Amino acid sequence: MAITLNVNKKPHSVDVPGDTPLLWVLRDVLGLKGTKYGCGIALCGTCTVHVDGRAVRSCIMPVRSVENRMITTIEGLADTEIHPVQQAWEEIDVPQCGYCHSGQIMSAAALLSTKPKPTDADIDSAMSGNLCRCGTYPRIREAIHRAAELLASKGGTR
Amino acid sequence: MNPDRRSFLKICAIAGGSFVLEVHETPFVHAQARRNFAPLPVEPSAFVHIAPEGSVTIMAKNPEGGQGVKTHLPMLIAEELDIDWKDVKVEQADGDRKLYGFQFLGGSTATPMNWDPLRRVGAAWRQMLVSSAATSWSVPESECTTKAGRVLHSASGRSVGYGELVAQAAKLTPPALDSVKLKNAADYTIIGTSRRGVDNRAIVTGEPIFGIDVELPGMLHAVLQKCPVFGGKVKTANTEEIAKLPGVKKVLVVEGTLTNDPILPLNPGIEPGVAILADTWWQAQSARKRLKVEWEYGAGTYQSSAAFVQQAADALKQAFGQTIGSYGEAEARLQKAAKVVAATYSYPFLPHNTLEPQGSTASFKGGKLQIWSTTQDPAAVRRLTASITGIAEPDVTIHMVRSGGAFGRRYVNDDDVEAAWLSKQAGRPVKITWSREDDMTHDSYRPAGTIGLKAGLDAKGSVVAWRQHFVTFGDGKRTILNGGIDPHEFPAGYIPAYQLGMSDSIPFRTRTGPLRAPCFNGRVFVLQSFLDELAFAAGRDPLDFQLELLSHPPASGFEVQPHNPFSLNPERQRGVLEMVAEKSNWRIRKKGEGRGMGIAAYFCQQSYFAEVAEVSVDSRNRITVHQIWAAGDLGSHVINPREAENQAFGGIIDALSQMEQEITFAKGEVEQANFNQQALLRMRQVPKIEVYFRKTEFPPKGLGEPMLPPVIPAVTNAVFAATGKRIRTLPLNRSGFAFA
Repeated sequence: MAITLNVNKKPHSVDVPGDTPLLWVLRDVLGLKGTKYGCGIALCGTCTVHVDGRAVRSCIMPVRSVENRMITTIEGLADTEIHPVQQAWEEIDVPQCGYCHSGQIMSAAALLSTKPKPTDADIDSAMSGNLCRCGTYPRIREAIHRAAELLASKGGTR
Repeated sequence: MNPDRRSFLKICAIAGGSFVLEVHETPFVHAQARRNFAPLPVEPSAFVHIAPEGSVTIMAKNPEGGQGVKTHLPMLIAEELDIDWKDVKVEQADGDRKLYGFQFLGGSTATPMNWDPLRRVGAAWRQMLVSSAATSWSVPESECTTKAGRVLHSASGRSVGYGELVAQAAKLTPPALDSVKLKNAADYTIIGTSRRGVDNRAIVTGEPIFGIDVELPGMLHAVLQKCPVFGGKVKTANTEEIAKLPGVKKVLVVEGTLTNDPILPLNPGIEPGVAILADTWWQAQSARKRLKVEWEYGAGTYQSSAAFVQQAADALKQAFGQTIGSYGEAEARLQKAAKVVAATYSYPFLPHNTLEPQGSTASFKGGKLQIWSTTQDPAAVRRLTASITGIAEPDVTIHMVRSGGAFGRRYVNDDDVEAAWLSKQAGRPVKITWSREDDMTHDSYRPAGTIGLKAGLDAKGSVVAWRQHFVTFGDGKRTILNGGIDPHEFPAGYIPAYQLGMSDSIPFRTRTGPLRAPCFNGRVFVLQSFLDELAFAAGRDPLDFQLELLSHPPASGFEVQPHNPFSLNPERQRGVLEMVAEKSNWRIRKKGEGRGMGIAAYFCQQSYFAEVAEVSVDSRNRITVHQIWAAGDLGSHVINPREAENQAFGGIIDALSQMEQEITFAKGEVEQANFNQQALLRMRQVPKIEVYFRKTEFPPKGLGEPMLPPVIPAVTNAVFAATGKRIRTLPLNRSGFAFA
């Protein structure tokens, strides 16, 4: 049965069983491969997307439960060429292998939308669900603080 | 001591070196031969493409798995080519040894193997461009200079862009690489400056650049359910029922091609199981949940971690299985020592846990294979996939795709072999993606080890003898892969009398392999902790104690060879120790209740690192690591400093993460399958980290691994300083500790 999804502000109709995890609909049905598979049990955070602006783990999110809700993936995060969090990630040169960073960036963007000037403790609590096997955590922290500055200077918190 | 070099290599070339069989004979064996490894093609054309309008594309020759080589190896070419980095576009090269020489991720070798030849590739191009300009101007080449992508003739005020010269330059015969003139280091404008990762934009915007993202027309997605016991075979399976499930296109019982030899090579063949091929991965994975297999578990069901612990304890009570190294009458000196310290240490099997699970995409068509691989070793992929599909090696095309972490796991190439074989069976392109559970339960594990140590101190508190019994897995004649030991491991050579024995009679039938800083990642914890124990027993500061050891002239057979990068240079090790002590204020550290600092150092993969950790421990033995200071000596240059700092952060965090991880076996099955059973370090647990590089006169070395090993003993030594409790068994929970 067709399910209607709103992904990155575009409507999509997908014909998949309703219990299919959103992750695999994004990757293999809609071809949005920026969202990554890591564990399948919501413990690594590589699959993080936004549903109605909140960070969720798409690997355990049945697609029927997000029908007609606003889904944002890494590909749709930026309104312009690049979102301030992505810009900060680039500027601070965060990635090593890079695999976890779609999820890290989505978690960070969700954090900054509710806490425009996060403390280190806020970062610890918002980001501890996202694993980075390469250990770029110090750079992630630095980039989140930098993104907060960029967002403040743009006068928006998104 | 004069350990039999050949027998050492037999034990450790595949073990200590991390280096797999075929490539590795060359770079890792004879010091003298090492200068001549990796003869680079003398066609710089393979590496550099200059467009008529002046933009320059540089090929990144090595596999990229997060070490930063896709950025810093092209920097070497760009430097000598004398172009502006902003004009450079970097592209990933295919796996092709004829064009690019050794292409390999491992052993922290990218920098040492490429520092010289890649700069020469850039210089050869520059020379051809200068020659073309000089000819067109009818002036001597010696009057021409270059800057930022242009050849200049200052006498006449003329200049010309590389793009305008390339058509002419490309017709010239490239100069012999060893004849080209290289820049003076003082003139570098790229090497030693921080350049951001060339794939950063693609990464942060979610472009499909990883192995798991490869998509081919008509492709099927595959999963391969293997036996919970490594190597077990399928007796029966409900394949007909599975074949009818939604999206499923093919179900295959895989006989497998595994060797029967219990001492497994790195790639022992395809593991048996049931392969399910479907239109999407989720369909294949969902079908797998309905799979009912009766397994022939095979010979491996006896494997049990509880039994291994007992067997190791028993082995320690026996004589050495064999003596690996010995000099100076250690037993006699132990008898006469003023004080004897003895301890037993152990460390567990470990997984790799690359965040991108294993996976590969292959297209077999008309007797030719194309494969999109995240391998660390494309030459091995070529050999293995050609063999499994029955074609000639030149009929394999290897596209190297960025991997979501490597850490030694992607030497195995089992995923590539599976994809190639499945594509041939299916007659269509196939992408196999391992689930996390597949990945954690069918890894190539870092071998566990148990070490019994005994050392004697004289009345003044100096070490007079050291006896070490290393218990590992094997058949008594051959040790499992990466389960060996190197008789040169410090403090060997720096103690007056030394005896190293090994017992390798515990049978093991599951695949093992290299994990970042192989051998050292486990053993440095033991060696540097035991030295700390000795310093304490001697009433000495552990830094002074280690510096003093490193100041003794080494024993016969351990002579200092400053220009052999594979032999310990004690001056460099002292250098990093002194540096980290200064940066951490080691000598004026204060003792606080439940708070302490620890120090450790090691030399591996040609580089030197010393680290200090500061921890506090609460009443429930929960450890908070507050800060790590690291000092590294990589030689004369750090090519891309901020990238290097990031890499060092990562290795240090990896080490901390290892301290809580383990793989255990029961009835032959791996007991951990996902991150709920494997503690990886998370943001809230990450300490403040400071990294310093000590520049020395030696050629630049790599940074993938050497920062990792000393972190673990620095932390456990700090725990001792804080609590008086010695951690001798990892993971931490086996010693009653945990990270807060």
